[in-house]
Amino acid sequence: MNAETPAVQLEGITKRFPGVVANHDIRITVEPGTVHAIVGENGAGKSTLMKILYGMQKPDEGTITVNGREVAFRTPSDAIDAGIGMVHQHFMLADNFTVLENIVLGAEPRKAGVVLDTARARARINQLAESHGLRVDPDRLVEDLGVGDRQRVEILKVLYRGARILILDEPTAVLVPQEVDELFENLRELTAGGLTVIFISHKLDEVLSIADAITVIRRGTTVASVNPREVTARQLAELMVGSELPTPETRESTVTDTVALRVSHLGMESDGRALLDDVSFDIHKGEILGIAGVEGNGQSELIEAIMGLRPVSGHVLLAEQDISAWSTLKRRESGIGYIPEDRHRQGLLLEASLWENRVLGHQTRRPSRSGIWINRGAAKADTKRIVKAYDVRTPGVDTLALALSGGNQQKLIVGREMSGEPKFLIAAHPTRGVDVGAQAAIWDHLREARAAGLAVLLISADLDELIGLSDTLRVIYRGRLVAGLDPSDVTPERLGGYMTGAITGTGSSPESGTEET
Amino acid sequence: MPAGLFRALLTVAGAVVAILVAIGISSVAIVAAGANPGDALAAFFNFGETDRSFANGLAQMFNRAVPLFLAGLAVAVGFRMNLFNIGVEGQYRIAAVCAAYVGSTFVAPAPIQITVIIVVAAAVGGLYALIPAVMKVTRGVNEVISTIMLNYIAINLAAFLVRGPFAGERAEGQLTTTTPVLPESAWFPNMNWLLEAMGLPAPRGGGMWGFLLVAVVIGVALWVVLERTKFGFDVKASGLNPSAAFASGIGPKRMVISAMVLSGAIAGLIGLPEILGDQHAFGTNFTPGLGYLGIAVALLGRNSPYGIAVAALLFAFLDRAQGPLQFADVPPSVITIMQGTIVLLVVVANEITSRVALRREERRAARQLGKVSA
Repeated sequence: MNAETPAVQLEGITKRFPGVVANHDIRITVEPGTVHAIVGENGAGKSTLMKILYGMQKPDEGTITVNGREVAFRTPSDAIDAGIGMVHQHFMLADNFTVLENIVLGAEPRKAGVVLDTARARARINQLAESHGLRVDPDRLVEDLGVGDRQRVEILKVLYRGARILILDEPTAVLVPQEVDELFENLRELTAGGLTVIFISHKLDEVLSIADAITVIRRGTTVASVNPREVTARQLAELMVGSELPTPETRESTVTDTVALRVSHLGMESDGRALLDDVSFDIHKGEILGIAGVEGNGQSELIEAIMGLRPVSGHVLLAEQDISAWSTLKRRESGIGYIPEDRHRQGLLLEASLWENRVLGHQTRRPSRSGIWINRGAAKADTKRIVKAYDVRTPGVDTLALALSGGNQQKLIVGREMSGEPKFLIAAHPTRGVDVGAQAAIWDHLREARAAGLAVLLISADLDELIGLSDTLRVIYRGRLVAGLDPSDVTPERLGGYMTGAITGTGSSPESGTEET
Repeated sequence: MPAGLFRALLTVAGAVVAILVAIGISSVAIVAAGANPGDALAAFFNFGETDRSFANGLAQMFNRAVPLFLAGLAVAVGFRMNLFNIGVEGQYRIAAVCAAYVGSTFVAPAPIQITVIIVVAAAVGGLYALIPAVMKVTRGVNEVISTIMLNYIAINLAAFLVRGPFAGERAEGQLTTTTPVLPESAWFPNMNWLLEAMGLPAPRGGGMWGFLLVAVVIGVALWVVLERTKFGFDVKASGLNPSAAFASGIGPKRMVISAMVLSGAIAGLIGLPEILGDQHAFGTNFTPGLGYLGIAVALLGRNSPYGIAVAALLFAFLDRAQGPLQFADVPPSVITIMQGTIVLLVVVANEITSRVALRREERRAARQLGKVSA
């Protein structure tokens, strides 16, 4: 290790970029053999910075120095050649390939120029896995792997290409606490082996526990470089936001006795595998029911079942009326709002104006419709109301949705789904990928609506959000509700245990509500 | 500059560049064919010496443009929802033969007679388009394949009907078979008065077809339906983002069926200008290929009724030069080459200009927000 030459040095990086916060005069020095965390709220410019470092975008100004040599990356392959590898937040693996095949994909060792040299690849992977403590079976299919294992495959993929500097973009976003610990164990072994890790995150506890150095980014520029041993999470948060951090805590309970939504014995199967297995719960007026679970354990299917997007057995009752046979449209008209988990896929028409997006899902209701016509005037006026009430930052209601940042798109969706006095709201990852300001605003709106008697089904991967907002918590695991927990005395760690199936509902049947012991 | 105006200007500029490049490419083809590109270009604008030949040329061009416009509209309705109705060709032929036959079986006052024929044509076209729509929503059959197959069926079925059950009396020495001639109450009044108002003599033959006015009304009505109604919104949403539309309660099956049927109904009208305005029957020499050309026209017109009108006129303008090109010793297949290159280049240009417009929109929003927060 050479402490004199930094592994990566960024000097005065500036990137002007439409729509999002640009990078401005970024200065970061990453020492070799360390875990260097880059923290900042969503939208602060971390992703842009990483894209620049990985050659996906060219900076307008500034220099990048890798191991003392100034570089100018045109494509990611230039970055790979310089020994920089990226582990993306969303895994880029082919499910129906084995671990080995995924790792060598695109850099296959060949026999006689055509045949994949499996033996050589396996030897190399085993050697890498052993020396860095990344345990995976090279012959398993990726589709059979858990999230933590997939991440290790991603890391191995990058190491296989000779990376000495690893960029990990929000690596813990998809992991439960136990898996995070394992990941950190792996990272420590990597740095012990002389590799450098650049760790991007906005989760401060994690950053403090793993990083050797921290750089804080706010509004596109580096505001501080700190030593993790000398700061508290609170101080770091304040550096990040520039003000105090909001908390998702709900105050006094507003839960009533009236059941707004009842689902009973929902079941869904695909190829003999149960996607939903006898799921039942009640949500009362004024109650937020949180569903915790590792992604892919039936959350999406549950939403699709309630929205009528997918056939399901069992019953869904809205205000004591059986809506199981109703169309999605009729369910929406009768007062179900839906904040989708993926706003670009299910929530927005990106290439349409904001007011047309306001009409979406409300195309049969006032004020968007009058008779056979779309009431453009009223729809625009109501969009202006949402823009104002929900603080959507936009030049106007005729702007195309794609021109807005993620947080503003999400605020528009929340505003839309709260329109028309819904009785019941599905909020799936309502603050995913939005900045702290928008997050606080969205939480406030959810709380206000709850106080006004709205019943909410909250599905989130953010355990703090779940614990903070929910009145009742349920854990979904392999399509079953396996535990009912009281959010006032549950820790993220324990919740994580239930989510991975490590703890099974001892003394608590799925039906028993919040009497968890 | 407002974003809408900018986008429109950019589109027009892109189309003009594409047409100029297409002329360049076609010139190469003309030279390769041993002719003079200058002569060819002149031929396109050569409407003849006399007023009468000018009137003829004008009528010929508009008479060609009207069915192309309808065909473009029919295809565009599907395109807006990412549905590829390749079956316009079959739909209009089967509709034309049925409408021509039904129209010949009774006599009623002109407005009723013509309305019935139009309704029959639209209904037959719509019903024929319902087949691939139902196959798609019930069995997931790709509409491209089913409509192409149904085209073969429709074309041969129409040929059978006009020779068999729907055949009219054939005059001595006449080589073609037709359906029975329509009563005069079904003859759509021509628009020669327009040419006469311009001081031109009446063109020969059927003159300038009055169905042009019906086509304009349909174009306007379709624009209103697509841009202003709830149904139009559903179509737009389904086209832009099918999963968001589905999650918003817009049933994809219902939309596929209604869009296909609407497309087929418009397709059913494509043959009427010729039948009502000129031939007064469906014959074995009925104009083929309009459905396929409609695909090109819709692409060229970016699925908007205005654009399709312009595209139809452009295609008709090029097609009209068949005669003059031959006089100028230029092979008339140059027209096909030009139409092909124009469509290809305009599609490319559209893609580029819409990206530029989107990027500009993003930048504009970023700039305006920058001002607010600064």
